[in-house]
Amino acid sequence: MPSLNDYLILSAVLFTIGTAGVFVRRNLITILLSIEIMLNAVNLSFVAFGRAFGTIEGQIIVFFVMTVAAAEAAVGLAIVIALFRHRESLNPDAFTALKW
Amino acid sequence: MLFYFFGALAVIASLLVIAQRNPVYSVLLLITSFGALSGLYILLDAPFAAAIQIIVYAGAIMVLFLFVVMLLNAPHEDTDQDERTHPMLRPGPMRFGAALAVALIVELGWALSRSGISGRFPATPVTSVQAIGRSLYTDYAFQFEVTSVLILVAMVGAVLMARREEQPGGKH
Amino acid sequence: MGGFLSSNSFVIAQVGICVVIWVALQLSAAVMVYMERKVCAYLQQRVGPNRVGYAGLLQPIADVVKLLFKEELRPAAADPLLFALAPIIAATAAFAAFAVVPFGGSTTLLGLLDQPLQLGVADVNVGVLVVFAITSMGVYGIVLAGWSSNSKYSLLGGLRSSAQMISYELSYGTALAAVILLANSMSLRDIVNAQSGALFGFIPQFRWFLWFQPIGFLIFFTAGIAETNRAPFDFPEAEQELVAGYHTEYSSMSFGMFFLAEYINMVTVSAVATDLYLGGWWFPFVPESLGWLVFLAKISVLLFFYLWMRWSLPRYRYDQLMTFGWKFLLPAAVLNLIATAACVLYFGL
Repeated sequence: MPSLNDYLILSAVLFTIGTAGVFVRRNLITILLSIEIMLNAVNLSFVAFGRAFGTIEGQIIVFFVMTVAAAEAAVGLAIVIALFRHRESLNPDAFTALKW
Repeated sequence: MLFYFFGALAVIASLLVIAQRNPVYSVLLLITSFGALSGLYILLDAPFAAAIQIIVYAGAIMVLFLFVVMLLNAPHEDTDQDERTHPMLRPGPMRFGAALAVALIVELGWALSRSGISGRFPATPVTSVQAIGRSLYTDYAFQFEVTSVLILVAMVGAVLMARREEQPGGKH
Repeated sequence: MGGFLSSNSFVIAQVGICVVIWVALQLSAAVMVYMERKVCAYLQQRVGPNRVGYAGLLQPIADVVKLLFKEELRPAAADPLLFALAPIIAATAAFAAFAVVPFGGSTTLLGLLDQPLQLGVADVNVGVLVVFAITSMGVYGIVLAGWSSNSKYSLLGGLRSSAQMISYELSYGTALAAVILLANSMSLRDIVNAQSGALFGFIPQFRWFLWFQPIGFLIFFTAGIAETNRAPFDFPEAEQELVAGYHTEYSSMSFGMFFLAEYINMVTVSAVATDLYLGGWWFPFVPESLGWLVFLAKISVLLFFYLWMRWSLPRYRYDQLMTFGWKFLLPAAVLNLIATAACVLYFGL
C-alpha cells in the first residue's frame, strides 16, 4: 500500500525530469512539453495531498492547474508559430537578438 | 503494486520524452505518461481528476501540440556534432542540466525523508463529483469565473499571435 | 468441473459478457456494411447486392475476404511505427468506449447464476466522462494516420478530420451535461434507470429524456455524426475532394481497421444516445429481462438514421462544417444547458 511519501517522491522525480528537459533540450516544442511534465508532477502531488488530508481541495486545484496549463500551452504554441515564421528554426539559440 | 507499474510507466515515458529527437514521438510518449498519471489518480480515489486528465490534457492539449508539430514540420535542430552524441553526453549546458536534475532529486528525497508527515492514507476518501461541483460553484465560484476569462484571453491571444501579418499597402 | 463452474460462475459470466460484446460489435460492423449497401441502393431506387448468398446477405463476408487478400502496402517514406500504430489506436478506441455502456437490465441467465448479473461490462460512477475521454483518444488514430503516410492528401485530410472531431466534441459534451443535470448522476446505468418512470403518470417506463430534451438530442446526434466523420460531415474523407483523406495510403486490413473503427464508432454513438435520450432498454409494457432486445431495436433505428442521412444529404464544405459546429451548434448546446438548468431549478424535475 503506497504511502504519501511514495507519491511525493514520484512527483519529485517527474518534476526533475521536466526541469532537466527544459535545460537540456534545444527544441522549443520539447521545452514546452517538459513544462507540461512539470505541471503534471505538481498535479500529482496536489491530488496525493488532497487524499491524505481528506479534503476535496486537492482535486479542485488540479482542475484550475489544468485550465491554466491549457491556456499557457495554447499561447505558448502560438508564440512558437510566430517565431518559426520569422527564423525558420525551432532552436532557442537562434533567437538571441536581445542578448547583451 | 499498480502504483509501481503506473509510476514506472510515467517515469520511463517522461525520460523518453526528453530524450527523443523526433518531436512527434515525444508528444506520443507524453500522452502515455499522462495515461499513467490518470491511472495514479484513479488509485488515489480521484476519478474526476483522472477523467479530465485524459479529456483535457491527453485529448485536447496534446492534439494541439501535434497539430503545431505537424504543421511546422521543422527539421531536426541538432548540429552535425550533436547528431553523433546523445544530448546527455554533450558538454556545456547539457551536463549542467543533467547534474541539476540529479541534485534536485537527491535534495527532494532528503527533504521528504525528514518531513514529519505520517504518510498513511486515511480510510475514507472524499471523491464524489457532486462534492467537487458543490465546492467549485460555491466556495471557489470567483476563481471558476476567472478561469473562464483566462481561457477567453488565451484564445484571443493565440489567434492574434498566430495570425499572418497583413501585407503592407494592401487592403486594410 | 461442476464445482469450479458454480463457484466462479460470476467471474465466468463477466468474461462471457465481454466476449458477447466483442462478438456483437464485430457482427454489427458486418451488418452495417451490408445495410449500408442495401439502404443506399433502395434510396437510389435500385436493388443493391443480391448475388452473394440469398439477397446478398453474404456480401460482408465477400468484402472482408477481398480485403484480406489484398497486398499490404506501405509508402517508402512513411514512418513505419506510426503507420502501423494508427489503425490500432483507431480500432482500440472505438471498441474500448463500449466498456462502460450498459445494454440491459440485470439478468440471472434463467437461474444459472446465484447473483443477478448486470448487462454491461462495467458500471463506473463517472461513466459519461469515460466515454467522452475514450472518444477523445480516437482522434489520435486519424491524426497519426494522416501524418505517418507522408503524403499531402493524407496530412490535409488527417488534420481537417481531427480538427472537425475536436470541434464537435464541445457540443457533444455540453449536450451530455444537460442530461447529467436531468439525471443527477454521471453513471450511464443510473441515467437509464432515471428514465424508467411513468410519463404523464400512466404510460409506464416511458419517461425518456428525449421528451425533455428534444433539442439536446438533435445536438447530440448531430455532433455524433460529425464525430464519426459520416456524411454530411465527411468532407475530410470524401473521395471526390481529397482522394479518401487520411486513409489514402492504407490498404488491406489496415484500411479494414479504419473502416471497422468508423462503424464501431457509429454503433457507440448510437448506443450512448440510446442510453442518454431514448431510455436505454426501457419500453412500455416490455419486461426488464427482454430489455436488451429493446436496446438493439433502438440502436438499429439510430443507425438507420445514420445511413439515411448519408445517402440523402449533400456534403458540407469544410468551412461550412466548422462554421456550423462553432457558430451554431455550440451556442445552441450552451443555451440548451442553461435552459435545462433553469427548468430543473424551477420545476424541480
